[in-house]
Order: sequence, then C-alpha cells, then structure tokens
Amino acid sequence: MDVLLLIVAHFAMALAAPVLVSWWGRRAYLVLAAAPASAMVWALAHTGAVMRGDGPVELVEWVPGLQLSLAFRLDTLSWLMVVLVGGIGALVLVYSSAYFSATAGGLGRFGAVLVAFAGTMLGLVVADNLLLLYTFWELTTVFSYLLIGHYADRKASRRAAMQAIIITTAGGLAMLVGLILIGADAGTYRLSEIIANPPHGPAIPVAAALILLGAATKSALIPVHFWLPAAMAAPTPVSAYLHAAAMVKAGVYLVARFAPAYAELTVWQVMITVLGCGTLLLGGYRALRQHDLKLILAFGTVSQLGLIVLLVGLGTKAAALAGLAMIGAHAMFKAALFLAVGVIDTATGTRDLRRLSGVGRALPATALAAGLATASMIGLPPFAGYVAKEAALEALQHDVGGWVGWVVLGAVVVGSGFTVAYGLRLYWGAFATKRSVTHPATPAGEPEPTGPGVPPAITRPSWLLVWPSLVLGILGLAAALLPGLGEDLLSPYADTYPVGEPSHLTLWAGFTPTLALTAVILGGGALLFWARRPVERFQDTLRTGPEADLVYRRFMRRLDDFSADITAVTQRGSLPVYLAGILIVFVALGGTALVTGTSLPTSVRAWDSPGQLIAAGVIVVAAILTVRARRRLKAVVLLGISGYGIAVLYLLHGAPDLALTQVLVETITVVVFVLVLRRLPAYFSDRPLPASRWLRLALALAVGITVAGLTLVAPGARIHLPQSLDFAEEAYSFGGGENIVNVVLVDIRAWDTMGEIAVLLVAATGVASLIFLQRRSGDIHRVSDLDADSEGEGEGVRVWGGGDDNKMAALRRRGVAAPAPDEQRAITGSRAWLRAERTLAPQRRSVIFEVVTRLLFPTLIVFAVYLLFAGHNAPGGGFAAGLVVGIALIVRYLAGGRYELGEAAPVHPGLLLGSGLFLSAGVGLLALILGGEALQSVIIDLKIPLIGTLHVVTSLFFDLGVFLVVVGLVLDVLRSLGAEIDRQGEATGADDLASTPGGNRAGNPAEGATR
Amino acid sequence: MSPDVSPDMSPNLVLVVVIAVLVTTGVYLLLERSLSRVLIGIILLGNGINLSFLVAGGAAGGAPIVGTTPEGEMSDPLPQAMVLTAIVITLGMTAFLLALAYRSWQLHRHDEVQDDVEDRRIARIAARDEPIFEDADADMAKLDLERDAAEARDEIGLSGAATTPSEGPR
Repeated sequence: MDVLLLIVAHFAMALAAPVLVSWWGRRAYLVLAAAPASAMVWALAHTGAVMRGDGPVELVEWVPGLQLSLAFRLDTLSWLMVVLVGGIGALVLVYSSAYFSATAGGLGRFGAVLVAFAGTMLGLVVADNLLLLYTFWELTTVFSYLLIGHYADRKASRRAAMQAIIITTAGGLAMLVGLILIGADAGTYRLSEIIANPPHGPAIPVAAALILLGAATKSALIPVHFWLPAAMAAPTPVSAYLHAAAMVKAGVYLVARFAPAYAELTVWQVMITVLGCGTLLLGGYRALRQHDLKLILAFGTVSQLGLIVLLVGLGTKAAALAGLAMIGAHAMFKAALFLAVGVIDTATGTRDLRRLSGVGRALPATALAAGLATASMIGLPPFAGYVAKEAALEALQHDVGGWVGWVVLGAVVVGSGFTVAYGLRLYWGAFATKRSVTHPATPAGEPEPTGPGVPPAITRPSWLLVWPSLVLGILGLAAALLPGLGEDLLSPYADTYPVGEPSHLTLWAGFTPTLALTAVILGGGALLFWARRPVERFQDTLRTGPEADLVYRRFMRRLDDFSADITAVTQRGSLPVYLAGILIVFVALGGTALVTGTSLPTSVRAWDSPGQLIAAGVIVVAAILTVRARRRLKAVVLLGISGYGIAVLYLLHGAPDLALTQVLVETITVVVFVLVLRRLPAYFSDRPLPASRWLRLALALAVGITVAGLTLVAPGARIHLPQSLDFAEEAYSFGGGENIVNVVLVDIRAWDTMGEIAVLLVAATGVASLIFLQRRSGDIHRVSDLDADSEGEGEGVRVWGGGDDNKMAALRRRGVAAPAPDEQRAITGSRAWLRAERTLAPQRRSVIFEVVTRLLFPTLIVFAVYLLFAGHNAPGGGFAAGLVVGIALIVRYLAGGRYELGEAAPVHPGLLLGSGLFLSAGVGLLALILGGEALQSVIIDLKIPLIGTLHVVTSLFFDLGVFLVVVGLVLDVLRSLGAEIDRQGEATGADDLASTPGGNRAGNPAEGATR
Repeated sequence: MSPDVSPDMSPNLVLVVVIAVLVTTGVYLLLERSLSRVLIGIILLGNGINLSFLVAGGAAGGAPIVGTTPEGEMSDPLPQAMVLTAIVITLGMTAFLLALAYRSWQLHRHDEVQDDVEDRRIARIAARDEPIFEDADADMAKLDLERDAAEARDEIGLSGAATTPSEGPR
C-alpha cells in the first residue's frame, strides 16, 4: 500500500496547501516539499530490491469491469523516474518558498497544483496498468495546464496553456486508442505482463504509432514542439520542474517502457528516427538565436528530448543505457539551469542576455552552479552529461548499421555541436561581463534606466534560491565520478532491451573514435558560439518557411471556420425547420418500413358501432375547422369539441377511464387556454408565406398518411400475445382492485406513473416560474389580508375592474362601496354566497353564477372523493379525482376572482406537489421496507365493529399522491395563468390597454369561459 | 386465459381515418410560428396518436373492469393506462406552453417563435468567413515568442532587503 499511500499523501498535501499557505505564507512550501521528498526517499529505500529485480508490487482492484486496477510496481526505469520526480520536485518547492514575492497572488493554488502534479507524476511512472497510466497521464496534462496558465490574467499565459493542453490532450487521446488496441490484443491491461509477453496482432503497428504520437506531443517532439517554448509563460520553478525534469519526460518514459517490446517494428523505427533526429536538430538550431535565457533553455530542452527519445527508442541495450543516463543527467543539469536563470531574474529583473552583464562577478555561487550544469549539458568531462553522451556515441557507432546509422550518428554529432554552442551562449549571456553593456552608476533616488544595452542593478538573492541549483550541479559531477554505480543502477532496465550487447558507462575509454567525435563536437560548438553574430544573421535571413506554431494557429482557425459552417448548416435556429427535419426522417424511415416490411391487413372493420361514425364526423370537421380558424378563441373552442369527440370514441372503444379523463382534461385545457388568450391578440397573426403553406400541408399529409398506414398494419403485425392477457387476474388477486387500468397505473406499472407525476411537478413549477418571475409562487390572496390592507382606504381592490368602466358600473358600485369594517366581516360570514365575492368588481359579478358555484363546489369535491376511493374498482382514480377538484377550483376562481381562489385553496401548490410525490414514493419505499418490491401493493383487511371489514390496498396512498400532484398542477396553473396574470394586468393597467383599438381585444375570463 | 385465444386484430377504418385527419391537421399547425397554433397542433397530434394506441391494442370491447365485463370481452387495458398518462402529461405541457406564450407576449407583444438570434449570427459569420469571435489570439500575424517571453515576469520576491542569508560579496 506504500505507493497508494504516497499518492494519496500528495493529494492530501495539495488539498491542505491553500490552508498552509494562508497560515505561513510562502514558507508553507517548505512543508509541501515533504511530499515529493518522501516519494524519493521511498524509492531510494527500495534501491537494493529494485536492482535485484524484485521491487515492490501492489495491486488493488478498482473498476474490474474496465480491467482498470490500481496496479503499481517499481522497476529500474520507474525507480529512476521516481527519484528524479521526487527529488527535483522537493528542490523546486524549496526554491519556490523564496522565489515568489511574499505578497504574490495565487500562492496557495500554485503550491497545491504543484504538489498534486508531483503526485500524479509519481503515479504515472509507477503505474502498472495501461488505463491507470493513461489516467495519470491526462492528470499531468491538466495540472500542467493550470501551472502554465498560473498568471491567468495574462493573455500570453492563457494562450500558451490552451495550446499546450490541446496538443497534449490530442496526443493523449491517440495514445488511449493505442493502449486499448494493445490491451485488447493482449487480453490484459497489466503493463508488466504486456511488456514481458507482447502481443503481435495486426493492429499492433497502428497501436505503437498511436502511442508514439502521444509520447511525441507530451515530450514536445516535432512538429508540435512549439508548445514547450510558449509554455515558458509559466513561472520559472514550473519550467524547471514540469518542462525540464518531469512532465516532458513522461513521453520519454512511455517510449522507454514500450521500446523493449516494440522497438523492432518498422513504424517504430521510422518514427523514432525521424522525430528524434528532427527534434534534436531543430531545437538546437532554434536555441542558437534566442536572447531570453528561458527560451534558450526551452529550445535546448526540445533538442535534448529529441536526443533522449532517439536513444531510448532505438531498441539496443547500449543506446538504452546511454538514454537512461541522459534522462538523469538532463534532469539534473536542465533543472539546475532553469533555477539559476530564476535566480538571475530575481537578482536583476531581466532574463535578456543583451542587458545582462557582470552577473558572474556579483553572484559567484549561482555562476558556479550554472557552470557545473552547463559543463554537464555540453558534455565536458568529467560530468554526467559527458558520460551519457560518450555512451551514446559509442552505441550509435556500433549498434545501428547501414546509411541510417550514419545519418543518426551525424545528426547526434551536429545536434551535440549545437548543444555546445547554445550552452556556451547561455553561460556567456547570463554571467559574462560584456563590453557592449556598460555599467552606469545609478545615483540613488533616480529612476533606474532600462532598455537594451543598459544593465540592471543586481541585488543579492536568498541562499534558498541558490543551493537547490548548486546541489543539482554538484550531483551532476558526483554521478559522473562514479560511473560504475550509475551503470549498476541503470543497466538492469537497459538489459531488458532485446537487441545488442550490454555496454558500460565510463569516464575514460581510451583513445577511441568516440573521443575524436567528442573533440569535433566541442570544437565545432565552440566555433559556432564564437561566430554567434553571423549565425544569428544567417538564421534571420533564412527564416522563410512557415513555422509550426503558425501552422497550428491556422489549423485551429480553419477548425473554427469549419465548425461555424457546420453549425450554420445544421443549426438554422428555426423551429419549423427543425421539426420538419424530424418529421421528414420519420416519414422516410416509417414509410420505408411500411412499404417494404409490412402487408395490408387481411380484414378490416368499417366501424364497431354507429356512434363511432357520428363522433368521428364531428372530430374530423372540428379538426379541419380548427386549422382554418383565424380567431384564437374559435380555434380553441373547436379544439375542445374535437377533444370531447375523442372522449366519446374512448367510451365506445371500452375505455371509460380514458373517456372520463379526456373530458376533464379537455375542460381544463379550454379554460386555461382562455385564461391566457385574454391577453393575446384576438386573431392569429398572418404569415405572408403562401408557398410554405403548401409545403407544410404536403408534409402534414405525408405524416398523416404514414401514421394512418402504420396504424392500419400495426394490429396485424403483432407477433406476441398481449402483455395484458393476465392483467385481469393479477389486478384482482395481487393489486386488490377490479379496475384493471387503475391497477396498472398504481401497481403493475407504478414506476411509469411515478415518472409521470414527476413530469407534472416539473411542468407546474415551470409554469409558475415563467409567470412568477422572481419566486416559486406568489402570496396566497386571502380576503383577510385585504381587510387588513384596506382599513384606511375605503374602496379596496376591485378584481377585473379595469376596461369598461361606465356610468352603470359606477351606479352599481355605490351599493357595495365602503361598508363599515364590522359590516365587512359580517359579509364574510355565512350570509354571502362566496367569501370573496365583494372583492370582485361589481360589473363582473353574477349572482346566478355565485349561487351555482356555492352549490356546485361541495358537490364536485364529494364526487372527487368518490372517484378517488372508488377508482380501484370502478372508473376513476387519482388522476380523475384530481382533475375534478381542479375543475371545482376553476369554478370558484371564475365566480369569485383570485381572492375566492385563495379562500378555496389556501395552500401553496408547491406543498401539494411535493407532498403528493413524497406520498407516492413513500408508499413505494414502505413496501420495500416491509420486504416486498418497491411500489408493491399490500392488501390490508381491517375488521371494524359494526361496519364490517374495510378492504384497504396500500396503492390507494399511491393514488392519493397522484391526486395531490394533479390538484397541485391545476392550482399552480390557476394561480399563475389566472390570479397572477390578473394581478399583473391590474398593476400595469393591461386591462385598459386591452380595450384600445390598436391593442388586443380580449375579454375577461368570465366572458370567455362561462358565457 | 388460454394463450391460443388470439384477440381480434382487424383495424377499425373509422378510427384510422380520424387518426389520419388529426395527425395531418396537428402537423400542419405544428409547423406554424405562432406558439398558440403550435400548441393547438400538438394537442390535435396527441389526440391522434392516443387513438392509434387504442387501435394498435386491438378491437373495441367492454370496460376492463373485473366483474363488469367477462374477461374475453374486455378491451386491452395496457394501452389505456399508457394513454391515460399521456392525456394528463399533455395537460401539463399545455399549461407550460401557454405560460411560454404569455411570457413571449409580455416581452415581445406577440407569441411567435422567432429564429434563434445566436444561430442566425453564426450563419451570417460563416457565410462571410469571419472569425467566430474577435480576439487578438486568433489573428494570423506572427506571434513574437521573444516579446511574449520578455513580458512573462514572475511575481518574485526581490531580495534587496533579504532577511535570509544571501550570496555574493558583502
């Protein structure tokens, strides 16, 4: 569990980082450094076991269905990477604790992300499962994105971060495909098993190429190398860690991991050779003309990554050993150099080598550290870089044959020459005292002069900044002085490569051709450095071809354009066009199936009963007239007529429940329509598009004929017996009810009903939120509130009073105007027909309607209760009962206005909806608790004295929940589309507007619905 | 009920005609722009589809209530239950679309479904081949790596008044 614990510790530290930083400021980084340091110590503690080949192995199942397990193992390659990642991570964090200003922004986030990155990098290099490796791989990409974009307020920073994540993620996805191809072929995702026994199916060359693609993007190989120099927008510690030592080495790690298995594939050889040599040369060449120290290092890193990938990817033991040594040497010298550049930046405020002068004299310790690192980088003996490069040259001379071998060797020699040149350029640029840059003495108090040619003042940096790079520089020397130790440590992995002879790491191999090559490299590089001005000029005149990042940006721009074109074609933004698209597909698919896959029924019946014919005639005429109607109200009334006709058809078909529901729903629909239509113009607006009308008609006919055809063949196309054959018996014996439809709703298919009432709840909430714009629903309008409000005002509210005030209205009003408060209360009492009738404008009152309502309301409620309880055995049930209560509420509202509605239902609809859903779900849960299935019915027979046995089925409570939801829906609709629209209309004077000729002529709801 | 009793599966022509008319009129209105007409179309279409459920379920029969109708003469209860929920859902949707229509009227004084403004904008841009958003990052001018690098300054602690020991000659 060690590895898992270590990784978890990293993440825990990352989570704690913001808190620690808020307590201790930047010094908290010293604590954070403990996490990567512990990883390094763990690896070092297992050195002996790793060298013997039995390093720690861990396996915890994670997602067995995906073969994704938490598998880890520590072998030589992983050991090397863990030591580098942990050690340099700790040093960089220590460095950061002094590097950033104490008041710098985002310190907590920076520390957290850096530690989290160290944790994922640790996981990446010890993962022994392909999918786990991929997971860590993408996590490093994400953390790298956050770190490059650390200064999120800078455009260049954001651009570099975005570019890096797009490129590395694209490569990562390609790699994922490759990993899955390999895993599927091998039948396992355990990395160690695959490498030990690699599959060689036909898909493997493709998989290898895809994996190399992923590695190439991560390690900034051509042609996507440009993200790495741009990523120098990140803070310098990040550059030192991610973009020199750790993350870019992930690609190298992947190549090294798969090389023993697949290095002999042709595609692998070609890709490694081309990418490696090309990157090595291009990076070195570009580094020769940079002026920013970080950019020299960035292009240098690109170049070195090319070299390392080449070495570990070639597939021979000797090259691999050189490559592994190079990984270690490069991590040490490049991180040291980045850290030293950071010191210079801190001390002088610039990284431009044209402005720096005399830094070496002012900062001798930094100069020493950088000198050691540079010597290692350019391959001077006796430094680690020299040992690695000697081994590389030796290996390339012997192992790679043919002209390819000579080309590769030549590329490495030239690339190493470039390395010498830019290494010298870096050291000279950073530390030399240059004649072209003079030191004017800046008098105190005067602003410091800036610009090229003027050296900045040099301050003394903290030792915390200097010693990390010094440690790395000295380590580079120490490792080289003990080449045998390095060989012992690294050769176990190099020996797993299948080809070639084992080789050695050595400081002195005698006078060999390799020594001559080294001399050529050093001499040539020195010459290039000496001729740096001509080289720069030469590069400036030669820069004609398109650069890779420009190509990338053009490509991204084209991608944007392309997606805009696609969007413009497919997303027309027009509802009719979208619907027409869907319907055309329906006609095409349904019609094809109809023509090719079905046969006409052998027998048809014209009708079941003559009543059907009459109802059908009414429906057809009403539907066609609905389409032709130009007046909204007319269309709605005709719609209602066809709806009632449908109810008749249901009844004749033997579906009394449907008929009942259809009648109730149709009634409510018409009322709700009218409630809204009173605000809308009386006529539909004219669309001046006769051509499209014919098109629409054609499509409508096509759809209609298709549906009719499907309906015609559907009954005959049945190949199974109806599901419902046994429903009758099941309903009676298990559901405890005689009305099968109701039992289906509340028991057999109760889940459907549950989903449906949830939809109703959402719809009701949607209606309320569209009308009550700021709250779930408004206040409940109670007469008592009105009394309290209107004490001093005399007249009070007159609901529906706007619009047609006339002299008669004034006369009528006198009779009820301003009754004394106690008189009001008396009216509120039993003598009035309706409690809130006096809140209505007098001209809107109808005594007959009030009387009828007074009688009708209790009757409807009793009927609803009957339907609710009888529904299990006779037509009815929660839906019908809820709709009847809804109609009762509508009647109260229409007769007495919104205050009457408040008196009739003094609850918030949300309460009804919520408790209804809760009740239904609760019943389901209850059955679960009692040991049955969810929503199973339980039949309870209660013996009550005198009355006899009461037969109670628990699904009644489910139905009660349905009932409450339906009542809540109707109440919500009434309160929104009725009461709230009334209130808004009165508040804004919309009723007056409604009666102006230019506006919309709309009646009031009483007119629309009751007369 | 024994499984060899196959229900009468011949379709009812009157109902098929009604379905055809309802679907045709419904689709015709559905393709309109006025939200209230669209809604009327949806209701007509829904009624037609509900009827087609019944036809697909087989012939007419007695009410599916045990004790009232002998089992063999019952109409199929399963499509009825489905249609019942569909009817009530349609009520909820009607209310919602009416609220939308009202809101549209409140904001724009009409209830027509307009084209999506953003989609229109993208179509215009695509037609003219313009960049989708205006940003200096998207321009094709050469980016100056060196200039960007020079501007990339870290928020560093200048250690002129260092409290920690510092290197260099004193």
